[in-house]
Amino acid sequence: MSSIASAPRPGVQDAPLSLSAGPQLRRRQIRAEIAKLIFLAATASAGIVLLILLARVVSQGWGALDLSLLRENISQTESRIADGRAGYYNGIVSTLWLVAISAGFAIPVGLGAAVYLEEYAPDNWFTRIVQLNIANLAGVPSVVYGLLGLGLLVEFFGRDFLGRSILAGGLTLGLLVLPIIIISAQEAIRAVPLSLRQAGFALGATPWQVAWHHVLPAAAPGILTGTILAVARAIGETAPVLVAGAALYITYVPNAPGDGYSPLPVQVFNLLGNAQEDIRQFAAAGIIVMMVLLLALNSVAIYLRERATRRVRW
Amino acid sequence: MAQKTLPTQVGALTGLAATERGALGLTGGKRRNLSERIIGALLLACAALSIVTTIGIVAVLIFEALEFFSRVSFWDYISGTEWRPNRNVDRGSWGVLPLISATLTYAVIAMIVAVPIGLMTSIYLAEYAPANVRSVVKPVLEVLAGVPTIVYGFFALTFLTPEVLQSIFSTMSIYNVLSAGIVIGILTIPLVASLSEDALKAVPRSLREASYALGATKLETSTRVIFPAAISGIVASIILAIGRAVGETMIIVVAGGSRSGDVPTDPLASAQAMTSYIVNVLQGDTSRSDPRYYSLFAVGLTLFVITLVLNLISRAFVARFREAYQ
Repeated sequence: MSSIASAPRPGVQDAPLSLSAGPQLRRRQIRAEIAKLIFLAATASAGIVLLILLARVVSQGWGALDLSLLRENISQTESRIADGRAGYYNGIVSTLWLVAISAGFAIPVGLGAAVYLEEYAPDNWFTRIVQLNIANLAGVPSVVYGLLGLGLLVEFFGRDFLGRSILAGGLTLGLLVLPIIIISAQEAIRAVPLSLRQAGFALGATPWQVAWHHVLPAAAPGILTGTILAVARAIGETAPVLVAGAALYITYVPNAPGDGYSPLPVQVFNLLGNAQEDIRQFAAAGIIVMMVLLLALNSVAIYLRERATRRVRW
Repeated sequence: MAQKTLPTQVGALTGLAATERGALGLTGGKRRNLSERIIGALLLACAALSIVTTIGIVAVLIFEALEFFSRVSFWDYISGTEWRPNRNVDRGSWGVLPLISATLTYAVIAMIVAVPIGLMTSIYLAEYAPANVRSVVKPVLEVLAGVPTIVYGFFALTFLTPEVLQSIFSTMSIYNVLSAGIVIGILTIPLVASLSEDALKAVPRSLREASYALGATKLETSTRVIFPAAISGIVASIILAIGRAVGETMIIVVAGGSRSGDVPTDPLASAQAMTSYIVNVLQGDTSRSDPRYYSLFAVGLTLFVITLVLNLISRAFVARFREAYQ
């Protein structure tokens, strides 16, 4: 017995293995143990890199952490930054506007699409094209969505009303996260047992009644988690909004969807062009603010998932 | 058309024939039917919007790129080895190959980092890791994938380049391909690791058992039986990661620099990729009369086509591996 080549499918290698006992077996076992350690080390390296990255950001930005970060508007002047008279207030406001608009657009549309594909769609060429298309959209680089925002929303529609506005940026991000929301909502809906639907139909419910009263509540935890994680991406996305018209620097606080905007990551990016110590520290502090925002949103997602999991059981 | 046959479809889906439901008198009143149809149409519209998005992307890219190609010949663009954009079309050189080869250099460096680490992680997670280790590693990978790319750029620019790489390569410029490429690799590790893990886990248990029964060690089983059996899923994950690296923007803008011109040859120097060109141009003031504005869409179209092809290849591999085990 010198081969394990009898495996049932062609993809499996036909490499002969020497499986005899004795000193050779010992060597093979030692090799297996060493390999296990190498695999473990590779796995751990991801965690170590994450730790170094977080530690670096925190240690660089620690000295600038101050409530003024949340109260003051952005500045590019080194003296203002050094005195703590600069912050990310108008950046945070811009970012929250973007999150609200992209979520307000992408969540209802994404859920609608997911319900259609899972509960209504016949198995025909149109459905298959939609499904393939969604998968491909999820792989389109974010900067290309930025070009869509620039070419369509800013330049084409924008001459009359949208322009370089929060609304244009928010819709760009909404389109960017839409496929992710659809895919995660579909997975959650698919996990709902068929019997629940059959019970609904047996009682004479219409397709929409079944979807709205039975399937969606049961799928809520998965849907919520997926959508919140997708929307959280809007906080950190830089390239698409930068291309779709976000300003590198603003002096005002945006307070309407038609205003110009400069979200937190774009403000941080703008500061990275300057290598002065105080400004680097201030930029690192901005990253900390952004990561805390992200973490807050993600914690909400996890909390909702936990709560809903406890309530819905079958 | 789709709305009309709605009850039939749902019936088919739920294993309840529509004719049976009709016979039982469960089709409901007229008003209920009307609102059902409206809702069905709205839901269909939501799904169709994804198609509209794709059409929008393709239309905008092609429409504006055609404007570019009315000034610069397509052949010069696709085969030219010099990229020196200029406000004046005739004074600039518009060959895209330097941008494409820079993008590929970033992606190759990223894959040199992400493929071995990602694959070893996936083997560890699928074949070795006890439940408590998994419950730590999986969230760490999720966080690593969720860190905004601007933060990775910051990390490359303020730590990896000045404090690690420049002490090894003294000639390295502060903006360089190597540092940005390594960090893009770190960013794509979770993608390779989790998708490959799924592929490894989809390999039937019987293959493992057969291998162990023959006396193979765990290493031999993982690398010579399970790994080859999952190869199409693994290849798919790597291709997706390449697509991700090709589309990565901010890390390159922040840490990779914006030097363009000839085809880049030195990974220790700065190089402009397709994605970072798009951002770099828009950082300046570019009006619609400027050929550089239209060049954005030509470059964007090139990028879109490359990532689309990568995604389709990846899907083809995934389809192959589904076929084998389900």
